[in-house]
Amino acid sequence: MELNTDQLLTKESDSRHPRVAHNLSLANEEISMKTRNLNLYYGEKQALNNINLDIPKNRVTAFIGPSGCGKSTLLRCFNRMNDLVDNCRIEGKILMGDQDIHHPKVNVAELRQKVGMVFQRPNPFPKSIYENVAYGLRLQGINKRYTLDEKVEWALKGAALWDEVKDRLQESGFGLSGGQQQRLVIARCIAIEPSVLLLDEPASALDPISTLKIEELIYTLKADYSIVIVTHNMQQAARVSDYTAFMYLGDMVEFSDTDTLFTNPKKQQTEDYITGRYG
Amino acid sequence: MPHKHISGQFNAELDSLCSEVLALGGMVESQVLNACSALQEGDSELADDVITMDHTVNEKEKSIDEQCSQILARRHPAAGDLRLVLSIIKVIADLERIGDESKKIAHMAIVLSDWDKPKWNYTELRHLGEHVRKTLHDALDAFARMDVDLSLQVVMEDEKVDLEYESMVRQLMTLAMESPSNIQRVLHTIWAARALERVGDHAKNICEYVIYAVKGKDIRHETMEQVQKELGA
Repeated sequence: MELNTDQLLTKESDSRHPRVAHNLSLANEEISMKTRNLNLYYGEKQALNNINLDIPKNRVTAFIGPSGCGKSTLLRCFNRMNDLVDNCRIEGKILMGDQDIHHPKVNVAELRQKVGMVFQRPNPFPKSIYENVAYGLRLQGINKRYTLDEKVEWALKGAALWDEVKDRLQESGFGLSGGQQQRLVIARCIAIEPSVLLLDEPASALDPISTLKIEELIYTLKADYSIVIVTHNMQQAARVSDYTAFMYLGDMVEFSDTDTLFTNPKKQQTEDYITGRYG
Repeated sequence: MPHKHISGQFNAELDSLCSEVLALGGMVESQVLNACSALQEGDSELADDVITMDHTVNEKEKSIDEQCSQILARRHPAAGDLRLVLSIIKVIADLERIGDESKKIAHMAIVLSDWDKPKWNYTELRHLGEHVRKTLHDALDAFARMDVDLSLQVVMEDEKVDLEYESMVRQLMTLAMESPSNIQRVLHTIWAARALERVGDHAKNICEYVIYAVKGKDIRHETMEQVQKELGA
């Protein structure tokens, strides 16, 4: 079939698929989660100072900042992982829709189904590749073989791992490379269809090629999920994120679209950090 | 003043890059000066020097371009550093074009040196040349000090250079109409004046890049009112 010029152009732009958006404004975004006057204390020590932040839906939001600035602490707030930390006290609100996630009626297990998390080191379960992905589904009471097969395949495809493991689904998850294990964990996470994905330095333990595969995956995943990523690698934040927050000593110093933050930040502190003048 | 980078080597690389740009600026500045002198004095030897120097200017531009590529590849500069490197890539292109314009003037100087000096003695051209040289000098000064106020002054001054050029063209046309024997000389003088006017435009461009490097605002193709509003000047 012959295509006219318009069709060719459309085809061309489809194949390029511009996944990093430009000229973004928070005012035009639908908000997935937000924090209001969030303060967090470890015992006497305050780790987060009055954080007010909106996480836009179907976008990648990156947290950057030096070690100990509170970015991982803030990330963990979004699915209440800090509940597991002794002496940790939280003030303020974290809203998902209109619901405060700290409300006594909120079921933490259900919250963590909606807000999945991937850690720095891949942590597959000591089970087969198939069972790793099916684990969360079984917890939800899904046991029909046909449904499980379908969902496992869908999740592994979503995590860009299916082609590499489809012939060895019954082998142990530990047999995969680091990058594959991390994508397996992401598949396990998305199998239960969360709306938000929290990624805590997901590529810092991986080689450059596996890192690029994870970044490529992040581009595609944001069509279905709101993604929040903590990274020490500023170039990675610049590559994958639509919005970036710079944190320092528990403060949210600057939060804006990634294009602006990396080319013309408003605060001197941000400029000093991203140009390597911090310290 | 921004703090120094944690990497001393990166500081040294950026400092050296800026020094190289200023060295290139000095070279083209002397090219413009010599080209104007050659034309006014009918000095074809000096004009030859200007033409020969263009090769050195071109090589310098390529060398600075290469250094910028290395910094982009190795250092992944961001924010102010990124804007500085991007500005330098553009500034050196303009400097090289100023070298080309000087070469054009030098060629005119060689042609005109075969003839007697006209009675108008290129007075208008001398004025335009001095005006443009001052503009270029200020532009390089603004780059060296990353001075936004001086940059804005140069941008405004270029409008005056343009007016001076237009007025000069009108006068030369009158001379051509007075006596057809003047036509060839007038045409060469207009071409030289046109080259000087373009040097003014390049000086203005350099200042626009300085403003981008410092403020992160791209003021190209904007009116002075828009620029001042945007910069809060």
